[in-house]
Amino acid sequence: MSAVSLTNIVKRFGDFTAVHKMSLDIAEGSFVTLLGPSGCGKTTTLRMIAGLLDPSEGEIAIKGKRVNDVPIHKRNLGLVFQNYALFPHKTVADNVAFGLKYRNIDKDEMRRKVAEALELVQLPDLGGRYPKELSGGQQQRIALARAIVIEPDVLLLDEPLSALDANLREDMRVELKRIQQRIGVTTVFVTHDQTEALAMSDQIIVMSKGRVEQVGAPEEVYNTPASEFVAQFLGASNLLPARCTDVSGGEVALELPGFPSFAIPAARAPQVSAAGPVRLVIRAEKLHLTRPGAEAGDGLSVDATVENVDYQGQSARYFLKVAEHQMQAVNMIDERPFATGEQVSLRFRARDCAALPAGSNA
Amino acid sequence: MSIEAREARQPWILLAPALTAVGLLLIVPLMFIVVYSFWLRSAAGADTPGFFLDNWTAALTDRFYRDILLNTLNIAAITTVACAALGYPAAYFIARSKGNKLILLVLLMLPFWISYIIRTMSWINILGVSGALNSVLMWVGIIDEPIQMLYNQTTVILGLVHFLLPFMVLNIFVSLDGIDTNLEDAASSLGATRWQGFLQVTLPLSLPGLAAGGLLCFVLAAGTYITPVILGGPRDAMFANLVYEAIIRQLNWPLGSALSLLLLAVLGVLVLIYNRYLGMAQLAKGLG
Repeated sequence: MSAVSLTNIVKRFGDFTAVHKMSLDIAEGSFVTLLGPSGCGKTTTLRMIAGLLDPSEGEIAIKGKRVNDVPIHKRNLGLVFQNYALFPHKTVADNVAFGLKYRNIDKDEMRRKVAEALELVQLPDLGGRYPKELSGGQQQRIALARAIVIEPDVLLLDEPLSALDANLREDMRVELKRIQQRIGVTTVFVTHDQTEALAMSDQIIVMSKGRVEQVGAPEEVYNTPASEFVAQFLGASNLLPARCTDVSGGEVALELPGFPSFAIPAARAPQVSAAGPVRLVIRAEKLHLTRPGAEAGDGLSVDATVENVDYQGQSARYFLKVAEHQMQAVNMIDERPFATGEQVSLRFRARDCAALPAGSNA
Repeated sequence: MSIEAREARQPWILLAPALTAVGLLLIVPLMFIVVYSFWLRSAAGADTPGFFLDNWTAALTDRFYRDILLNTLNIAAITTVACAALGYPAAYFIARSKGNKLILLVLLMLPFWISYIIRTMSWINILGVSGALNSVLMWVGIIDEPIQMLYNQTTVILGLVHFLLPFMVLNIFVSLDGIDTNLEDAASSLGATRWQGFLQVTLPLSLPGLAAGGLLCFVLAAGTYITPVILGGPRDAMFANLVYEAIIRQLNWPLGSALSLLLLAVLGVLVLIYNRYLGMAQLAKGLG
């Protein structure tokens, strides 16, 4: 039985359809991320699961029970907001205890649970403080403690890390995942940050314009994007027009101008079933720049010219020209980065490439 | 002149016009009133300068003045409570409405475009013997003779509520508008019904606005003299009417001065209590 299931959910605001016919099953105990740019419907979806919005059509079930008509305060969900939403007039301990007051728990038990939750988020000594006396990161931990102390059926996180600064965000990411694994609560996480999604999720649901683009494990979504949108949204990808010449023997043969002919595993092109125009997807970090004439390893090699270099310290992003194609590559820097105008040899492995039918989601 | 000295002087230069106005138009006349309150009015009608405590003794011991002061505070209190009860739901509605907030606020301010006296007098057309309400009731046949509805304490309070409600709504609105709506959502997600969430979160966080609105309404109501003149009967005089009587009718400036200072002191104590617990900043927010 899935912890949360959405069946043909539609949400309209006036003439605007925010979510189109969305169906989704979230497994018990998993960490699922709704990933997409702003306006893609991810927060709307989360708010419908929470009960803050009513779906226009479709059915929402939590633990197998239809909850469309169950008001939010009876759904037993933990909700964490981007802006923390702590009660400013209550102490940290009272904030955390808030949900317990509605759950017939005696005073001692309540104190014990609050202490436990504060221990879990590693802020055991802040119970007497007021939210405004805490840093942003501490406030978000308290908000998390408040949401999990009620032992929710599902934990809903609405961009909880977006208001934190970069270093803190990475710490909190690790922390959040640690806590989620420790208590094993089913978690739905909304973010527009692909790094967060890839680092934390068991399953990623990529959304765009109110539709689900792809559902899969982080590696799957990253390595085998199901659409051009996914390829471009998750990390830097090169999308090149190519021709599929043959599909046979578990391989898809491709050719494109300026490249030698090569074949990629059919598993990396599940939507390509016959010869015809396709789009080749190569991740920027799967392209390796070498000096021309360096000994060839396994894989393919094409000549390229460095047009621009974006120096990033340990790595560099290169803007390249390969035949008529503009491409990007991200490489670790060995000694010194390649210079603008330099002729290089570009190496990649066929099995690191993926292919999509041409015109999918243009 | 050094830069520091110039920077130190700058705020005073900017404040000078306002301070001059406040000084000449408020502080100096107030000092005159203080001095006047110790003078004595002789039977002949001329004021005798000096330091007499007669006016203050009368103001503080005469039961007549005391009863009217208590009645004034009572009317102000009832008005304030009525404004709070009527104003809170309205303010909540405006603060939580999407999009048309501005229109609603403009509608709220609209009555200020008409003189307060005219607005107060409009009740005569509604509640008077030949007013709208009596006419309708007689036309429907519920009554045969017009009922005397005007000129009592209730109509005074009605007029004051009419006058002061927007001040209350604005102050509560400012408080409510500053409350993050996620807080109510958070409370609901934790198991509180909407009503419980309101009582636990929204109401306590809006109390400063309620208190600021309450203070404004109370002070303005306690200091009014036009409303009882227009809508009150002979026994509904409020304290400001006494001051008016003493100064304008009896030309007894010394007594009028003492009475007005007494009212100022009573209301001043209220403001100080408010300031002690909530601070003036909230009041400034509501007025801004």
